Amino acid sequence: MLILTCPSCGVTGEETEFHAGGEAHIKRFGPGSDDDQFHSYLFAKENPKGVHFERWRHNNGCGKWFHAARDTMTLEVFGTYPAQTLEPPKQIRDKITAKHPGWKWREFS
Amino acid sequence: MKRYSAFAIAREALRNHMGWERAWASPEPKKKYDVIIIGAGGHGLATAYYLGKNFGITNVAVLEKGWLGGGNTGRNTTIIRSNYLQDPSAAIYEKARSLYETMSQDLNYNVMFSPRGVIMLAQTEHEVRGYKRTAQANALQGVTTEFISPKRVKEIVPIINLDGPRYPVLGGLWQARGGTARHDAVAWGYARACSDMGMHIIQKCEVTGIRSEGGKVKGVTTRRGDIDCDKLGMVVAGNAGHVAGMAGFRIPVESVALQALVSEPIKPCMDCVVMANTVHGYMSQSDKGEMVIGGGTDGFNNYTQRGSFHHIEETVRALIETFPMVARLKMLRQWGGIVDVTGDRSPIIGTTPVDGIFINCGWGTGGFKAIPGSGWGFAELMAKGHSPLTEAFGLNRFYEGRFIDESVAAGVAH
Repeated sequence: MLILTCPSCGVTGEETEFHAGGEAHIKRFGPGSDDDQFHSYLFAKENPKGVHFERWRHNNGCGKWFHAARDTMTLEVFGTYPAQTLEPPKQIRDKITAKHPGWKWREFS
Repeated sequence: MKRYSAFAIAREALRNHMGWERAWASPEPKKKYDVIIIGAGGHGLATAYYLGKNFGITNVAVLEKGWLGGGNTGRNTTIIRSNYLQDPSAAIYEKARSLYETMSQDLNYNVMFSPRGVIMLAQTEHEVRGYKRTAQANALQGVTTEFISPKRVKEIVPIINLDGPRYPVLGGLWQARGGTARHDAVAWGYARACSDMGMHIIQKCEVTGIRSEGGKVKGVTTRRGDIDCDKLGMVVAGNAGHVAGMAGFRIPVESVALQALVSEPIKPCMDCVVMANTVHGYMSQSDKGEMVIGGGTDGFNNYTQRGSFHHIEETVRALIETFPMVARLKMLRQWGGIVDVTGDRSPIIGTTPVDGIFINCGWGTGGFKAIPGSGWGFAELMAKGHSPLTEAFGLNRFYEGRFIDESVAAGVAH
C-alpha cells in the first residue's frame, strides 16, 4: 500500500485516503488544435516501467489535488508536491536521479 | 505428435507411462522466420495456431520472455462470456466463445471448457436498465442472453442472498452458454498444436529491441541473439506500451495490476459464475472446489503483479454481502497480473505506424475469454492484411473518435 503525504494539509496517509487522478503535467489543447494534438492530449498517456509523475487527490482529507512522483515497478514514492507546479521540483528529481541514473519522462529528466 | 486418447492412457498404463512425449519442442531460434509473435500467452499462441491452421503459414516463432502462459493467461479467473454491448465486441467475443465449445476436440487437448452459465447481477435500477438493454442488443447480435428475475437468480444460485444490506438483487443478465475453462490448458493445448505444425516456441527469450529500416520491420533483438522476420505480431498485454516504445510508436494504453484470489477447497456449492459488479466481486467454483474470486484493479499505473490489501478487503466484503456462507472461508492464495487498459475498455488489434508490425493488446481486464477469437482475427489480419473480426479495433479509432465503449460490459471496476 502506498503512503503519501499531502503537500496541501501536510497529512501523511495511506493510499485509501487518496485517489489517483492519472498522468500529471499534461499539456491541454483547446479549439483550433489539430488531430495529433487532441490525440496526444486525450489518449497517448505516459505508461512508463519506472518513474512516473501523476495527479492525486486527498479525497478523505482536505480534498485538494497534488502531484506525486512514483516508481511503477517498486511502488516507491519519491515525493509529493503542489498541483500548482509546472514541473517536478529539483529536490525530487535529484532523489530520482540518485536511484535511477539517466531516467527520462517526457520532457523531464 | 502422438494423439491423446483413452487408448493412449490404457497403452501407457501398461508400460509405466514411459511413452508420453513432451507436449512441445524447445528448439534453438533460427536466423529468420516469416512471422514472429512476441508473447507466448493465450492470444499469441492462438494467433500462431490459426496462422498455421487457416492460412498455412508455419514458419513462425513465438518468443516468450518468461515461461509459456505465465503472464495473464495463468493469472485470470478463467471466465468465458460474450454478453457485450457493441456489435464489434459481441462479434469477436462470441466467435471466441463458440471456438471454446470445440477447442478440446480441435486441439486434441482437454481445456476443460465448462459452459456452466454466467450471471451478471443487477443491483441498482441503472444496472437493471443497462442489462435489459444489453440483452436486447445481444438478441440482435445473435448472442443468447436473457434478463432474469431475482426468483430465477435464486433458483440458479441457491447460496445467494437476494436482500443484501446495501444492494438487493433486482435481476440478472444470464448467459447460459458462458462458463469457464482451464486457463493453463488453453495455452498448453495451442502450444502443442503449434509445435506439431513445426512452429518454434522459444521461452526465456526476452525481446530487447525491434529493428526496422525505412519504416519496415527487419526483425527483433533478443537475449538469445538477433532474429529476422517479415512480419511481427506484438501480443504482450501489460507490456504492450513498453514493447511498442521499442518500435518507436506510442499506444493509448495504461498498465495496472488486477488481482484475484482463491479460497480453500470446499464441496460443490455453486455451479455457475456470478458477477456482482456494483459491489464489485465475482466468483466461481473450480473443479478442485476452490472458490475463485476476482478483485478490482489498482487505481494507478503499475507493473508490480501483486495487487493491494485494501482491494482484497473490498472484494471479500462485497462477496460476504452477496454470499453470506463464504464469510468463514479461508483464502489460500492471492496474486496479480498486469493488464493493459484502453480509454474505451476495448482491445486494440490492427496495423501500426511501422510496416509489417501488427499489434494485439488492450484486452484490459477481460482477455482470457477472447483468446480463440482474438487469435482467429489477428491471424487473418496478419496473413491477409484485413479481417472483418478486427477492423473496428484499429489504432486509428482513437484519432477518428470511433470508440467501442465497453466500460459497463468489461465488468471490472477501473
